[in-house]
Amino acid sequence: MNDSLPVAALRRIGAVTVFLAQIVARIGPALARPGLIVRQIYNAGARSLVIIMLSGMFVGMVLGLLGFDVFQRFGSEDYVGVLAALGNLKVLGPVLTALLFAGRAGTSLTSEIGLMKSTEQLTAMQMMAVDPVRYVVVPRFLGGFIAMPLLAATFTVIALYGAQLIGVQQMGVDSGAYWSQTQAAVDLHDVWEGVVKSLVFGVAVSLVAVYEGYHSEPTPEGVGLATTRTVVVSSVLVLLLNYLLTAAFLKTH
Amino acid sequence: MTEPQNSSSNGSPAQAGDAVIEVRDVRYSVGGRAIFDGLDVTARRGRITAFMGPSGTGKTTLLRLITGQASAERGTVRVFGEEVAQMSQSQLFALRRRMGMLFQNGALLTDLDVYENVAFPLRAHTDLTEDLVRQLVLTKLHAVGLRGAARLMPSELSGGMARRVALARAIVMDPEILIYDEPFVGLDPISMGVICRLIKQMNDALGITSIVVSHDVHELATIADDSYLLSGGRVVASGTPDELARSEVAEVRQFMSGLADGPVAYHFPAGDYRADLLGEKSP
Repeated sequence: MNDSLPVAALRRIGAVTVFLAQIVARIGPALARPGLIVRQIYNAGARSLVIIMLSGMFVGMVLGLLGFDVFQRFGSEDYVGVLAALGNLKVLGPVLTALLFAGRAGTSLTSEIGLMKSTEQLTAMQMMAVDPVRYVVVPRFLGGFIAMPLLAATFTVIALYGAQLIGVQQMGVDSGAYWSQTQAAVDLHDVWEGVVKSLVFGVAVSLVAVYEGYHSEPTPEGVGLATTRTVVVSSVLVLLLNYLLTAAFLKTH
Repeated sequence: MTEPQNSSSNGSPAQAGDAVIEVRDVRYSVGGRAIFDGLDVTARRGRITAFMGPSGTGKTTLLRLITGQASAERGTVRVFGEEVAQMSQSQLFALRRRMGMLFQNGALLTDLDVYENVAFPLRAHTDLTEDLVRQLVLTKLHAVGLRGAARLMPSELSGGMARRVALARAIVMDPEILIYDEPFVGLDPISMGVICRLIKQMNDALGITSIVVSHDVHELATIADDSYLLSGGRVVASGTPDELARSEVAEVRQFMSGLADGPVAYHFPAGDYRADLLGEKSP
């Protein structure tokens, strides 16, 4: 099809939305086999844990350094904790987790489903009168959807620890001031922002990953391309959604 | 299992020789190129029907039409007397529970072991106790000689073994029709012989109607009851394998004896050879 770019984009958005509707319609029946979903939470979640924790630690530590460097110029090092807490809760936690999640779990979802397609496993299921969307796609989508907020929470907590490790332990900011400033600056609204974002990103990344896998060309080349598209599309989508959500939350504050 | 073994849709008792699959005057095209035009084939109950033909003649497409994965532009495809194209998704799934299909590469589910692969249709469609599932799975695996491999993963199987496991899976629901898509491709002579014998055995012992799509003329000749030779979107010859082997029709002779040139040309259509070599623009 030789559509112009906007038409092609619109067509794609439509196709992904229809696919999401198909998934949602099958969530009920798929819950009858919780074992499948638990396995996918493990695949998407537990297997991403190490890279999420490691990254969270470093991001937190960098925030500690950066915050200390900037606030020291104004003589207000006590605010390092505020920067780290708000930065992590509202933006860095959900966004970086989603990007890492797209790279680690999203790609494996896409290539796994694409491989099942190219080896006729999905057709075989249809021939056995089993709906592959219900059996293969929905558990993976739900697994990603459930794992993503948990990973974002883990990331954020570890990043907060990393920031205080640098700010308080290494740079010598007073521990009491650090935490009391943080406590005063962060309210529940900020926490909600992070939670909502990680839920939305969870849907976005998981949906893109299963969509690309399910609609990949059933060839080795096609699966490779689909995997690349998962990373590109879901990363851009996450950053775009992040902007929109940040703006929306500022308005409602 | 879930279906009575010998029911036909019109309610009359089924007899060997009834047409189970009827394809009438079917036209099907992809991107404007006709794969089939005016295709007529029939598969009868309890017999092994072979569809042969050069690559690209739409043998696999024919299977897709029969199993309702694709629908014809014109003409009808009837299975058990009912038109496949008219079926709803649930009717189609009900139909497919009466069919088993063996895919080219087995198409085993890679995240399940051999045992669970064979048990898969049972778990999806029945509420049998674990004991019964176990008995059924082990019987079917024993029938294909792989009971000992029950706990292997698909990646640990050879090509021939994977296809036998897939066969066990295809028969675990006791289908009335078994469809084999290129069952001999890429197998060594021993595995080929094994699969060949299994197809015959399944057909005779279980009274299954078998459809085999392949281009391995010699293997098919030993087991097929009826055979069709497809080429250029239509049936060029039909009959028993012996009749085909004796046929004088040029297309049949080319295919049966593997001649490079004939009605199916060796050269892909091209412009004038001399002009092309000399770099002249062909008119």
